[in-house]
Amino acid sequence: MIRLSRNVRDGLTDFWLAGPATLAMIVFIFVPVLVVAVLSFTDYQFGARDFVWIGLGNYSKLFGSALGQKAITNTLLYVALVIPASVGLGLFVAIGLHRMLDWAPRLSHLLRTVYFLPVAATLVAMSVAWQMVLHPSLGVVNQFLTLLGGEPKSWLSDRGLVLYTLAVIGVWQTVGYNMILFLAGLTSIPPELYDAADVDGAGGGWSRFWTVTWPLLGPTTLFVLVVTATNAFRVFETVATLTKGGPAFASDTLVYALYREGFVYFKAGYSSAITMVFFAFLLVLTIAQFRIVERRVHYK
Amino acid sequence: MIRRSLSRGVSLFLLIVGAMGILLPFIWMVSLAFKPRDEIFSADIDLLPTRLEWNNFVVAMTQTDVPLYLMNGLVVVLGILVFQILFTVPCAYALVQRRTRWRTVVFACVLAALLVPFHVTAIPIFLGFAEMGILNTYWALILPFIPTAFGIFLFRQFFSQMPKDLFDAARVDGMGEMEIVWRVAFPLALPAATAFAIFSVTAHWNDLFWPLIAITDPELATPPRGILYFRDQESGDDVGPLMAAALIITAPLVLAFLLAQRKFTQGLSAGGLKG
Repeated sequence: MIRLSRNVRDGLTDFWLAGPATLAMIVFIFVPVLVVAVLSFTDYQFGARDFVWIGLGNYSKLFGSALGQKAITNTLLYVALVIPASVGLGLFVAIGLHRMLDWAPRLSHLLRTVYFLPVAATLVAMSVAWQMVLHPSLGVVNQFLTLLGGEPKSWLSDRGLVLYTLAVIGVWQTVGYNMILFLAGLTSIPPELYDAADVDGAGGGWSRFWTVTWPLLGPTTLFVLVVTATNAFRVFETVATLTKGGPAFASDTLVYALYREGFVYFKAGYSSAITMVFFAFLLVLTIAQFRIVERRVHYK
Repeated sequence: MIRRSLSRGVSLFLLIVGAMGILLPFIWMVSLAFKPRDEIFSADIDLLPTRLEWNNFVVAMTQTDVPLYLMNGLVVVLGILVFQILFTVPCAYALVQRRTRWRTVVFACVLAALLVPFHVTAIPIFLGFAEMGILNTYWALILPFIPTAFGIFLFRQFFSQMPKDLFDAARVDGMGEMEIVWRVAFPLALPAATAFAIFSVTAHWNDLFWPLIAITDPELATPPRGILYFRDQESGDDVGPLMAAALIITAPLVLAFLLAQRKFTQGLSAGGLKG
């Protein structure tokens, strides 16, 4: 029997413990990132035997063509719509439910459950349900509009409307999540601060909010903003289920475009370039998120 | 006093209106799932069916592939979770307990991996799987999700709060490191494991992006992929069974959430750090 030195044995144990996970990260994360970066400079198509280096060709196609620009501006507009609505409503609901804990705790808990429900529900199945809610003739929204004497609308097939409809569904899905994060922030505010504000004459609801709640929620708000932005940038399920990017690319977004170009049209090179642009946006946001998390820890 | 009740009344009203908005698609889904055919295709607004039509569920469970989709979902979700735990827990333990020079490198890898959304890796993984001929298998749905930087991060944090003496005592008792991982560290980390399991199961039960890419065989469809097959086949005629199917697919996680709310909110909000 060979006696291994202590160092070698320790090394083997370390490798046995951390090796498989590290190897899996290399194979399924780091190598693919490199490959996708390289592919984005080629005209490679799935199934082709060969490819040609085309430099920044895919990127100039993405930023230069009407379709590519549309995917980018649609994504940015979607993010810009979802962020303020989802964060604002999340904050509003959290403050309301937090106050309600004093006089109707059970109702407050019940409402919190309701608001969180979409976060746990399967988004694709719920999108199919939304499709029926928004159905041009059978949907409850249009039936209600007609009842009020309004014009029924094609929520999902009207070019000018479709992105807003998707944004509403995006907000519907994320409000509860933001509410939970804000509630955690609110619970950590020491009640003495409100008493102090009362003594200083800042007793009214609004001035309490501006002098105590808002400043102390600052770090939470920043975190919520970035998380909401990151999730909004990845919008895919609702687009794939409800519109497939249509009508006439009016709801095309980056992730849907990368799916369609890559896996429906098999243009791996172009799809890789879209992937890299999407990655760049998310990288900035995720690094911001790390910074905030770090600062929040110090803050405590 | 009056001012206070007024402000309470207003905020209560607004919160309830908001909650109705949140519930709208759920109510509509449940209502259509229980409505007889003629009531679905009527122009009147009836939020509730006049009589409960169970037949929609019978059709969904016997004449469609919904049970198969549920089975596939279960296999994939559990497969992913088991492999994730097997790979992740020893690595997180090593990051806390082992003092080697590789530790910083591996931890840097974990942090770097946290920056990469899954979508970015899809094209090369698809290429690799196509080359290996394993597209359209359970493995294609499971393998890419085994490395989870978020999981390593979560378990590492949990392990680093455990007293070091505990592990030293186990070593004195003659336990090997792998044994310590599974018999000492992991049982103590069950709260972290629960949070992680909830996050992982929810994320992969609900995922559409990867199944849409890796699977073209309806026999292997996970629930979200499957319900789209179902919807695209029916021509707007089978709304009742379709909504019943949507309800069946959504129900497991929603029920689990209602039964273990605190754990769910913890697990899912921890996932927010994943980015």
